[in-house]
Amino acid sequence: MKLTLRVWRQPHAEAPGAMATYEVDGISPNMSFLEMLDTLNEELVLDGDEPVAFDHDCREGICGACSLVINGDAHGPEPTTTCQLHMRSFQDGQTIDVEPWRAAAFPVVKDLVVDRSAFDRIIQSGGYISAPTGTAPDAHATPVPKPDADFAFEHAECIGCGACVAACPNGSAMLFTSAKVNHLNVLPQGAPERETRVLDMVAAMDEEGFGGCTLAGECATACPKGIPLPSIAAMNKEWLRATRKVRR
Amino acid sequence: MTRTLWDSTVGKKVIMAVSGLVMLLYLVVHMIGNLKIFFGAGEFNHYAHWLRTMGEPFLHHEWALWLVRIGLVAAVVLHGVSAYHLSRRDIRARPSGYVHRKPRAAYATRTMRWGGIILALFIVWHILDLTTGTVHPGGFQSGRPYQNVIDTFSTWYGNTVYIVAVLALGLHVQHGFWSAAQTLGVGNATRDRILKTTANALALVLTAGFVAVPVAVMTGVVS
Repeated sequence: MKLTLRVWRQPHAEAPGAMATYEVDGISPNMSFLEMLDTLNEELVLDGDEPVAFDHDCREGICGACSLVINGDAHGPEPTTTCQLHMRSFQDGQTIDVEPWRAAAFPVVKDLVVDRSAFDRIIQSGGYISAPTGTAPDAHATPVPKPDADFAFEHAECIGCGACVAACPNGSAMLFTSAKVNHLNVLPQGAPERETRVLDMVAAMDEEGFGGCTLAGECATACPKGIPLPSIAAMNKEWLRATRKVRR
Repeated sequence: MTRTLWDSTVGKKVIMAVSGLVMLLYLVVHMIGNLKIFFGAGEFNHYAHWLRTMGEPFLHHEWALWLVRIGLVAAVVLHGVSAYHLSRRDIRARPSGYVHRKPRAAYATRTMRWGGIILALFIVWHILDLTTGTVHPGGFQSGRPYQNVIDTFSTWYGNTVYIVAVLALGLHVQHGFWSAAQTLGVGNATRDRILKTTANALALVLTAGFVAVPVAVMTGVVS
């Protein structure tokens, strides 16, 4: 496959960026999108140019490190992560636009790499449970009803990649935060911090400068892990419950 | 708790949802009242008069009407101010757009902000036209709303402004009602379909009900 790539190049956070055009040839349809970028970078290095910086780690679709807005879609045209997106999803001779996540809370570090530590700070504000340490408890020590376990698992699938923020017209982190809140709030292990968790995580989310939710639904469409849009309503319900219960 | 609501993006949406539902309830009542125009001047004017006497003798003349007006102004102000704050925040949160643009979200969702501004301007004109009579075409007659409505809808601009605003209202309600349900935590996967159907039905009924009056005047059904 021969492709024309238009890639966002930005030397560092303060420098202005622009789209740069590259031609790549000899791309196999079985390559992943990141392998295609590796091919481009090999050529750039051989030509003595600066390679394109992009985030990646496991390349198995489970770590949440890869990003990229490809032709206007977060993680590209398939419902998966960029690392699991293959070149067979594109046509020979196609022009592909590759851009970083765009949000005030995700500033560009270099080229296609953005700083997603705002998500870490949201997690630090309440995305954990306080449990006494020691040996691992027996699996059946704390019974969890099957529907609750399923609900928790569905939300635990969130890998924190930030595609929801990138896709949202308001740069909102509601789907990410709701996935984390719902995952723990439905379980007995998460019950002691149920109210403070949702209040603190929503406050931390606002503090980071993410936008508000207008229920556009772009986040759930972009999510590679299929976190559903009603997650947001479920978190709103938890938030309202907590504001009634906790006097601050 | 008031501070928590006002300071949080989730809380401000709750304020928008509740104030929006208050206005929506009013609009349903308003639309039903409007449709009385099809039963003739007598019934329509009598209904308009009753709006001023309702609650009597417990309440003084027009007190009930003024209570409703105060409630509505509060709802409009809370809704508008919250929307302004949230919109500013949303625009700041996404300072640079994507080079590769794609049409995003449904039309009703994308037009919420402009639709809201159109509706706010319409409300001002609507009150000046049919409540105070300040910008009413021809002689405004207090206590004779039937004739006033016919006067307004006998002008091309009266019809145009009204119909455009009602169409904007339909779109606003279609996304707004469903969105309010999500904000208030009522929405979930199983209820999604019924909520969307209710939103569509409300939008359709309100649009049709409100548009029926200018159309009836234009076609001479009401004269």
